[in-house]
Amino acid sequence: MTKNEIKSLHEQYLSGLKREKRFVRFFQGLIFILFFVAWESASRLHWIDPLIFSSPSKVWDLFIKKSLDGSLVANLGITVTETILGFLAGTLLGTLLAAILWWSPILSKILDPFLVILNAMPKVALGPILIVALGANMTSIVAMGTLVSVIITTIVVFTAFKEVDPNYVKVLQIFGATRFQSFKEAILPASFPTIISTLKVNVGLSWVGVIVGEFLTSSRGLGYMIIYGFQVFDFTLVFLSLLVIAVFATLMYQLVELLEKKLIKD
Amino acid sequence: MEFLSIKELHHTYFTRSSATTALSDITLDVKEGEFISFLGPSGCGKTTLLSIIAGLIEPTSGNVLLENKPVKTSQNDIGYMLQQDYLFPWKTIEENIQLGHKINGNLTKETKRTTVSLLEQMGLNDVESFYPKQLSGGMRQRVALVRTLATEPKLLMLDEPFSALDFQTKLKLEDLVSNTLKNFNKTAILVTHDIGEAIAMSDRIVLFSPSPGRVHKTFLVPEDLKALPPFKARNHQSYTELFQTIWKELESLDKE
Repeated sequence: MTKNEIKSLHEQYLSGLKREKRFVRFFQGLIFILFFVAWESASRLHWIDPLIFSSPSKVWDLFIKKSLDGSLVANLGITVTETILGFLAGTLLGTLLAAILWWSPILSKILDPFLVILNAMPKVALGPILIVALGANMTSIVAMGTLVSVIITTIVVFTAFKEVDPNYVKVLQIFGATRFQSFKEAILPASFPTIISTLKVNVGLSWVGVIVGEFLTSSRGLGYMIIYGFQVFDFTLVFLSLLVIAVFATLMYQLVELLEKKLIKD
Repeated sequence: MEFLSIKELHHTYFTRSSATTALSDITLDVKEGEFISFLGPSGCGKTTLLSIIAGLIEPTSGNVLLENKPVKTSQNDIGYMLQQDYLFPWKTIEENIQLGHKINGNLTKETKRTTVSLLEQMGLNDVESFYPKQLSGGMRQRVALVRTLATEPKLLMLDEPFSALDFQTKLKLEDLVSNTLKNFNKTAILVTHDIGEAIAMSDRIVLFSPSPGRVHKTFLVPEDLKALPPFKARNHQSYTELFQTIWKELESLDKE
């Protein structure tokens, strides 16, 4: 086979890849558009109750209105801040707890059943207690966002620490490494992929915690907008909040993926 | 005074259901600059013995002295090369080979220069900024050797370091390792289950018998073989003779 033939085959292969990508993108766009078209027409033709299911055009009108009077941005800002704080606190605290458990094998044995209980327990059920203890304010909402993710993070990251190939630690021990050095040079960096993938899970969990927290206590935020819309039977407001949450949860997820690409070099 | 002396070493592993004796009554001396091989079937406690010599495991009884000092206190005098390279995949080659210095807190420009020149002596030029997965298996094992030699250990332990490599690479590395160790006048212990490798590389071969691991027999490699590099030694007349002797001895172990 000559060089030119190989070159043209390679070009064919590349254009095949491009075609496939266009095909995928086209159908992704199509599903997106069809969903909103179907929703709009179903609502206008009264196949679904427009009072309950609203319609994209009504949501859009409300979006413009709420954007102009500034209330959407204010509520969004509060919820996003709470979510990011809860997310960071849950991840950092969980990783720290995992490190402590790794440090002391006997402590991890003692605490094992308690972790299982805490993990099995639905954390949002602690909401009322948090509010009474910390007050009906942002602190208790952030605490909720933290609480839903911290235990599962601890368990997953601790498991990752334990599964690091002991030979890496052996290499370090021969050089006379302390336990802290072994942790810093081998255990932690080897677990970065797992920590990143728990970050992805935690993005979703923190949103759950914060929205439920706002349901219970807040007078601001997207969770409040949902519960308020429900109480006054303004489902356009509920759908608006849901769509905004969907967009921003996706954005946060994309940011974590960007971080993953930066952090995982090998 | 012997360089390394192992006295009446016993080691037993305990589990809930059993107590397994891995090593029983090992007494052994190694002279400075000597290359010695531990040969034996799997399950004869060779790796356990290396871990005890490295001071990683406390033996049930007996002791190991390196230059008359217990090995626990002489970390950094001992280098250990594992079956696979175990280069840290998230570190560059340069960071990998300086790991020992970093752990001991004496990372300087001087140590950087010496480790990189050591890398060049192993025929690895301009790979410092690479990550391990960009190198072939043979190159990675050479980097691991540099990492081990970088802290200038007095005693080098090689735990089947060539077992994961293809035959050609393995033969080339045998020559390289043997040559390097001779040049630096290092004392080395090689663990292997390859009779040929043991004969070609070492001055003395200790044959272990399994369960529990004990010293079965010691073979001295003839002077004319010792003088040759491993690859040439494999083609020598007395190589075949020694191979047959050790082979028969291993066969007799199987029957017991």
